[in-house]
Amino acid sequence: MSDTLTTPGAHTRMGSNSGQPMTRRDGIAKVTGTATYAADNRPEGLLHAVYAMSSVARGRVTALDVAAALAHPGVVHVMTPENRPPLAQDPDDKPEGSMALRIEALQNSSVRYVGQPIALVVAETLEAATEGARLLAPVYAVEPARIGFDAGEAFEPESTGFGGQPNIDIGDIAAGRAAGTRHLDQTYETPLQYHNAMEPHAIVAQWQDDHLTIDTPNQAIVMARAAFAAFFDIPAENVLLRSPYLGGGFGSKALPIGPQILAILAARELQRPVKLALRRDQMFGPVQHRGATRQRMQLDMDDTGRLTLLDHHTTATTSSFDTFIEGASAASRNTYASPAIATSHSGVRVDTGTPGAVRAPGEASGSAALECAMDEAAELMGLDPLDFRLRNYAETDPQTGKPFSSKALRECYEAGAKAFGWQNRPLAPRQMRDDQGHLVGWGMGTSLFGAHMNKAQARAVLRADGSAMIATAGADMGQGAWTALAQIAADGLGLDIDKIDFRSGESSLPNGGIAGGSGHTATAGSALFAAGEDVIRQLADLATADPASPLFGAGNAGVVARQGRLHRADDESRSESYNEIMAKAGISELEGKGEGARDPGHAESRAMFSHGAVFAEVRVDPDLGQVRVSRLIGAFAAGRIINPHLARSQLLGGMIWGLGFALMEEGIHDKRTGRPVNGDLAGYHVPVNADAPMVEALMIHEDDAFVNPLGVKGVGELGITGTVGAIANAVWHATGVRPRSFPIHMETLIG
Amino acid sequence: MNLFEYLRPASLDEAIAAARAPGATYLAGGTNLLDLMKIGVQTPRTIIDISRLPGLDRIERLADGATRVGAMVRNADLARDADFAANYPAVAEALLSGASAQLRNAASLGGNLMQQTRCSYFQDPHSACNRREPGSGCAALDGETRNHAVIGWSDQCIATHPSDFCVPLAALGAVVEVAGPGGTRDLPIAQLHMLPDATSPGGTTLAPGEMITGLRLPPEAAAFRDNARYLKLRERTSFAFAVVSVAAMLRMEGDVIAEARLALGGVAAQPWRRAEAEAVLAGAKPGDDAIAAAAEALMAGARPSGDNAHKITLAKRLIQKALHLAAAGTPAVMPALPASVFTSEPAERGEPADV
Repeated sequence: MSDTLTTPGAHTRMGSNSGQPMTRRDGIAKVTGTATYAADNRPEGLLHAVYAMSSVARGRVTALDVAAALAHPGVVHVMTPENRPPLAQDPDDKPEGSMALRIEALQNSSVRYVGQPIALVVAETLEAATEGARLLAPVYAVEPARIGFDAGEAFEPESTGFGGQPNIDIGDIAAGRAAGTRHLDQTYETPLQYHNAMEPHAIVAQWQDDHLTIDTPNQAIVMARAAFAAFFDIPAENVLLRSPYLGGGFGSKALPIGPQILAILAARELQRPVKLALRRDQMFGPVQHRGATRQRMQLDMDDTGRLTLLDHHTTATTSSFDTFIEGASAASRNTYASPAIATSHSGVRVDTGTPGAVRAPGEASGSAALECAMDEAAELMGLDPLDFRLRNYAETDPQTGKPFSSKALRECYEAGAKAFGWQNRPLAPRQMRDDQGHLVGWGMGTSLFGAHMNKAQARAVLRADGSAMIATAGADMGQGAWTALAQIAADGLGLDIDKIDFRSGESSLPNGGIAGGSGHTATAGSALFAAGEDVIRQLADLATADPASPLFGAGNAGVVARQGRLHRADDESRSESYNEIMAKAGISELEGKGEGARDPGHAESRAMFSHGAVFAEVRVDPDLGQVRVSRLIGAFAAGRIINPHLARSQLLGGMIWGLGFALMEEGIHDKRTGRPVNGDLAGYHVPVNADAPMVEALMIHEDDAFVNPLGVKGVGELGITGTVGAIANAVWHATGVRPRSFPIHMETLIG
Repeated sequence: MNLFEYLRPASLDEAIAAARAPGATYLAGGTNLLDLMKIGVQTPRTIIDISRLPGLDRIERLADGATRVGAMVRNADLARDADFAANYPAVAEALLSGASAQLRNAASLGGNLMQQTRCSYFQDPHSACNRREPGSGCAALDGETRNHAVIGWSDQCIATHPSDFCVPLAALGAVVEVAGPGGTRDLPIAQLHMLPDATSPGGTTLAPGEMITGLRLPPEAAAFRDNARYLKLRERTSFAFAVVSVAAMLRMEGDVIAEARLALGGVAAQPWRRAEAEAVLAGAKPGDDAIAAAAEALMAGARPSGDNAHKITLAKRLIQKALHLAAAGTPAVMPALPASVFTSEPAERGEPADV
C-alpha cells in the first residue's frame, strides 16, 4: 500500500499520495450538498425547458396544439420541427470515424422510438414548461412498433460498439470443431438495460454573443466541447463546458444528446439562460441503453477438457436509424486459450432509441454468456469449474498470440478461491443446504477487461511559495477522479497533496481525455504525472547548474523530488527546496506540460488486460425460487492501485452492478406500443444495500512495465465481468436449473 | 403539472366542505398522489392538504381492547410503535417490508389504504385503462402481465392492489373509519377495495368527498400476536412491490389451531381473504395436509390473466411457508429482513455456508 511512483521509499508516510487509501477530497462537499451538479446552477434570468416525448414508437407527428401550450401561463416559447432554428450539423449525420451517434433534435416530424423529443417547451418555471409540454397533445400517424428479437429486421453489422470488428476468426475453425470430442451448444439472452445514473442528464446553457457556456455532466469534456460546437458553427474554444461533478455516467454522458442541443438552441434564440433536466421517465429513450443480446455459445473440448473451439455468436438489438451493436462476442477473444476461436455478430433493428456504451459495453453481456457456457462445459467434462478454467488458461493472448503486459489471473483464482473456501465445493448441484433449508450454491467466473488508454494533456505551474497548480479536464463521475488524479499529480510534482491546487472538470483546461473504457486514471493520470515531471526537470536544470546549490553538478538523473525538495539521489542529505531554487533563479513560476498516451511500441508488442476471478454464493428458496446472493468475493489484478479505498469501491460497485445484471435489471417495452412498462426506478430494479450483504474485493499485486509509466490499468468496469456468470453458475449449483436468460426470475427456478 | 388550487383547512369539517369542489382530492403524505400528478395520471383541480389536521396522528388502545390508529400516522411511526408491533407483529412486519425508509417516513396510514395500483398501464396516460378512464378498455390484457392479478380479475381490469399493510389488516378484519359530507361511518376493510366485475374495473368504495380518518383493529386482533408472520416475495430485498405476499396468523390452543387468519397480497385488486381457507385450518393441527388444503382453498378459482401462471404456484407455496412459520411462532425480534423468506443472515458474515 505504501509503494509510490517515485524513488522507492520516497513516500512511505501515511496520508499522502499514490498508494494511500485517501478518502474522497470532494466527499464533504457532496454529503453536505454544496457540490454543484449541473442542474444546481441557477443563473439570473433562467428559463426552464421541458421536451415533449413521443408516446408512439414509429410514425409521424401530424399535429401539435402549440397554441394551447403557449396559452398556458408562464410558457414563453414552443420549439417544433416547423420553427426550430437551423443547426450547423445535421443531427442525422455522423462524422465519419468518430465516436458519435445520430440524435433527435426536431429535424423533422418523424418518430423513431418512444420517448423521442418531438417539441420543446420553454417557460418561466419548470411547472409551466411541464404542463405546456403536456398540453401539446400530439396527434400521430402511427406505424406498428417492432420490439424484440423476432419483430425487428436482421442485418449484418459492419462494426460493433464504436468501430469494433464484428467478426474475427482465430485459428482453423473447422479443425477445432473436428478435434472436439465433447460439444456444448447453448443460447443465452440478456435484456435491454438502461444506465439510470442517479443524476439524470441536465444542462444549463447560456450564450454571450457567439460564446456558449454549458453546465452539463460529461465524461469526455474536451471532446464533447467540440461535438457541441459543431452543431452551432462556432469554434470549439468558444464553448465552455463545466462538469465538476457527475452523479454517475456509465457511458451515457459522453456524447451530446438531442435534448441538450435543443436547450442550447432555445437559449440562443431567447437570449436567456435555459435549463433542461431529464425526468427519470425520460431516461428510457434518447440517452442510450445496452442493447439486448441473444448469444449462441458453441464449445468443443477434447477428452482432457481442453477447448478445441470456442464459437461465440451474438445477435444484438439496435435502433432503426443507427447502429451500435453490443460487442458481446469479443469477450471470447482474450479470456481462454483455444486453438480456434470464432466470434461474430448480427444485428436486429427495433423501434427503441439507439443503444450505446453502458458500463463494460460488450464485455458485460459477453462475459455473462461465456462464463455460463464455461460452467456448463465444466459440468459436461465432470470437472470443477475452476479446474476447467485453469486447463484453458491463456498464457498468451488468444487473439494475437502476444504476451500479456502482465497477467496475475492465476493469483486471482488462487486468492479468491482461498478466501471463498472454494475447495470444499461439491461437484454436483443441489448438494448444499443451510440451516434454514435453503439451497446453497457456489459459482465462479473470470473477469477480463481491456487496459485501455486514450489521450490526455495536463499543465502544471509551480509557484514561488512551493505550491503548485495542476490541471486537466478530467471527469469525476463519482469514481473519485478528484482524489486519485490529484494523488498522481502530487507525486509527479514531488509535493504533498495539500500543496497542490488540482483543477479539473472544465473544458478550458488541458484535454483530460475520456472517463471511459476504465482508462481515465491511466490516461489523465499519465498526463498529470508527466506535467509534474516536466516541472521537476526544469527545476533540476536550474539547481544542478547553480554553483551555489547543494545539487550543483548532480545532473537530472541524479535528483529525486520529494515533499517540495530536490535531493541528490546518491546523497539524500544534500537537498534544496523548490522555493529556494526558484528564488535563487529569480523566477516566480515554472510551467510544465505533460501528455498521457500509450507507448505505441508497447501497444504493438503486448496484450493489455485487467483480470480477476469472482466467486459467488447464493441461497435459493427451494419452493419459491427467491435468490439471495449471500457472499460475493472477487480477486482482481489491475496493475498499480493508486487509491485502494476508491479502487475497492469501484470493484465492489462493479460486482453489485453484476448482481443487478444477473437478478434484476431489465428494460421492458410493450411489444404492441414500444412504451416502457417499467420506465422508472420503482419498476426498473437495481440492487439495494440489502441485496448485497457481503461483497469483498481483494486486490492482487501486479506490476506492469508496459501499460504506462504509472503501471495503472483500470478498475471501473472489471468487476461486472465474471460476476454475472458467477451468480448464474451459483444458482445452477444450488438448484440444478441452468438459467440462460437474464435477469434470472424466480419462476425459472420453481419448475 | 396542471395548475391547481392548494388548500390547507384547519378542521375536518372544513376539509370535507372543501372537497365538494369538482376535481378536488385530499393530500396526506403525498407519496403516491404527487407521483401520479407528475406523470399526468391524476390532474386534480383542488388539493386539500389534510396532513396537518389535528387529531389524526394518534395511536390509541381503546377500553375494549381494540386499537385505533389515526389516518395521518406515518407508516414508519406505526411500525416502530412498540405496543402496536407487539400486538400486531404481522402488520408491523408488512409495514417495514413496504417501500423504502424514506417513503415509510412520509407515507400515511390513510394514504396507504387509498394508494393506486402500480399497473404500468394505469400509470401510462397514453394506454387504455378502465380504472383511469372508464370505458376506455384495458391495455394490460395481452400486455406485459408478469405482475398482474391471478384471482378476482375480469376483462375490465387485471391490476392488483399494491399495499403490504392492507394484507394483514384484511386478515385481522380491520375497520376503516370514514368521514364525509353525509357524516361518519365504519367500513370493514374487506369492503374498501372492490374487485372488478363484468362491467366495472373496481376501485375503492369511498364516495366523493369522503376521507379515511382512521382505522380500528378489533379487540380479537391481538389474539394472534404469538403466531403471526407476513412474507413477501419480491424481485429485490427492499423497495419492491410484492410478486406475492401472505399474512398468516394463528390463534393456537395447545397444538391445535383455534382460529386462523390468512390473506394474500399482489394477486388481486383487494387483499385476498376467504373464509373457506381459514375454516379449513380451524380445529386442525398445523400439519402439511391442513396447510396445503388451506392454500388450495384460498387460491380456489385462480387463473392467470396473462403471463403470470407462476404467481398461482408461488402463492400456494408461500401460503404454506407462511403458515408453517406462523405456527412456529412470531419471531422474538423483528427479522433483519422484514417479510423475507431469508429469515436471517449467515451467522458470521463472510463465512461459507454451514453445509
